[in-house]
Amino acid sequence: MSKQEQHWEKTRGLLFVTLAIWFVFSIGIFLFGAEMNEVGGPFGYPLTYWFTCQGSLGIFVILIFWFAGRQEKIDEEFGFAEREDD
Amino acid sequence: MKGNFIDNLPKVYGIYTGGFIGFIIIMAIGEQMGMTAKAIGICFVAFTIFIYALIGWLSRTAQADAYYVAGRQVPTVFNGMATAADWMSGASFVAMAGGIYFKGYGYMALLVGWTGGYVLVATLLAPYLRKFGCYTVPDFIGTRYGGNLTRLLAVIVLTVASFTYVTAQINATGTIASVALDIPFQYAVYVGLVSILLCSMLGGMRGVTWTQVAQYIVLIIAYLLPVFWISNEIGAGFFPHFMLADEVARIGELEQQYGFVKNSAADLANVPKGLAGITKAHSAVNATPWAFISLALAMMMGTASLPHVMMRYFTTPSVKAARKSVGWSLFFIFLLYSSAPMLATLSKLSLIDPTLPTGIIGKSIAEVQAIDWYQNWNQANLMFVSDFNGNGTLELNEFFMGGKAVVLATPEIAGLPYVISGLVAAGGMAAAMSTADGLILAIANAISHDVYFKMIDPKAETAKRLTVARVLLVVIGFAGATIAAMEIQGILGSVIWAFDFAMSGLFFPLVLGVWWKRANREGAIAGMALGLISGFAYLIWVRNGGSGFLGITQLTFGIFGSAVSLVAMVVVSLMTSAPNAATQKMVDNVRVPSGRSVI
Repeated sequence: MSKQEQHWEKTRGLLFVTLAIWFVFSIGIFLFGAEMNEVGGPFGYPLTYWFTCQGSLGIFVILIFWFAGRQEKIDEEFGFAEREDD
Repeated sequence: MKGNFIDNLPKVYGIYTGGFIGFIIIMAIGEQMGMTAKAIGICFVAFTIFIYALIGWLSRTAQADAYYVAGRQVPTVFNGMATAADWMSGASFVAMAGGIYFKGYGYMALLVGWTGGYVLVATLLAPYLRKFGCYTVPDFIGTRYGGNLTRLLAVIVLTVASFTYVTAQINATGTIASVALDIPFQYAVYVGLVSILLCSMLGGMRGVTWTQVAQYIVLIIAYLLPVFWISNEIGAGFFPHFMLADEVARIGELEQQYGFVKNSAADLANVPKGLAGITKAHSAVNATPWAFISLALAMMMGTASLPHVMMRYFTTPSVKAARKSVGWSLFFIFLLYSSAPMLATLSKLSLIDPTLPTGIIGKSIAEVQAIDWYQNWNQANLMFVSDFNGNGTLELNEFFMGGKAVVLATPEIAGLPYVISGLVAAGGMAAAMSTADGLILAIANAISHDVYFKMIDPKAETAKRLTVARVLLVVIGFAGATIAAMEIQGILGSVIWAFDFAMSGLFFPLVLGVWWKRANREGAIAGMALGLISGFAYLIWVRNGGSGFLGITQLTFGIFGSAVSLVAMVVVSLMTSAPNAATQKMVDNVRVPSGRSVI
């Protein structure tokens, strides 16, 4: 397998992991919205309510930065990172 | 000099922020010294528009690279702020807290959708399109798939989606300008339009970038300051985001106590158009999982297909910076979106809790009608009470409010000085203007670059290209304003449609262009054309009384459109021959950050 193919395989792997986490917090948990709202969440808000107004949103922010960092590592590993003067 | 400007950005915008806070303080002093509310409103709106116009003029350019992609040198954090302003429209600013106030959980799917979409932007598209090196979104489609037809279809989808969106924004600038400057709406729309064009016409993307950063600073101050202030004023806690659990629970109790009494159709006929009462629980889950998820999903895929957002990531210096910049964008958006539910909570509690001095439910109707702020907002057609059951006391189901009033009127209700209301007007104006600018520029750039330069006159000189781009900017702006002046849809209705149109026609052609090498021209044509047409047809069908299927409503028709687009694209691609070696190589090239851009 060429270097480029390996790079793409890892990139795709990272995509699936990132999208899996994204799926859980944008869609997955809301399948159980009613049940989850009976439980107390952070700062005392009902749990589903907290996810819709802070939790999921904040997780997305962190997820993107995490993804960006991991993707940079993959690019560097295979020598595909941009040169500084690019 | 240019490099200098980029290096000095933190300082420049630091001084700007300080200057704006100084201006707020001067206005506050002016208010104490007897400046009228109207004069303060005019000062806020006029002063901020003047600053944006000044930035627009300073950013004027005669170079194509600067006009289309701001010279590709916008640093990540500043691009994040510009994207956040580009993204948060008049609807986000003025109507979102209102939507949460009235509809609760079901509406909050939009919060999840309008933020979750950025994960798709960061992972599936932005870095790859940045590497591609295109000027516009149709530029990517046209080059990746080849042929003028693909390019043209992409321009059509882009125009349909963005134009739907832009009329709503011009409408919002008109609404705010008409209230703040006290002029009729039909004229205010054009005042809004001229302000919008002042930012973008001379500098194109460069002008829009630096005004959007300035607009973000105004709008975030204008949104957060009242939320924190009101929370302190009514004793709910100094940091509302972490401290409103008791207030949320209290609203739940009051809802139990009052009950949601349904009004008869005859009673509702007396309520002015556009006003609503509280009929849904505040924090309880009041929508089926599918209603919530389908709306969130449609908004997420729409986010990843809207060209005015995508093109902001063409302006970063590198692929790496494009990825990070998406994270910063969402962070800056998060600051406002996480505050909207808090504002809705504070607003609702201060109105319905009879133990608070501001509470009006349970007071006598005559007493409420004598309150100053009630009279003001009643006159502005944003508040209404009526004694349906004739007991002389105001009940929960007898109080009606416009969605905009939550943001616009709450400061006044909570007893904040008028200077805050002026600030809020300036913030709403900034939000609507920045989005309108991004959208009008997206359309004008697509037509000038992809239709005029790439298809009609490929030999045109830069000066001529930019003249065409600027003329188009003005024409599209005026067309949008003319339609906005007719007031067809509410602000939010047409905003949501824009997402559905964009995802119907563009989501899969964009994503598969990067992630599926086998996708070819015929597939892309089928995907864009059939996706847009079927989405449109579904919308018309449901609007005309069609029952729809799978619970897909007129707000989520993009789910149907994009499903058709995906199937059509895959089937047609597989039935026709694979793209040639040059195209395959181009895709390989897009997938790695290093090396020269593709175009």
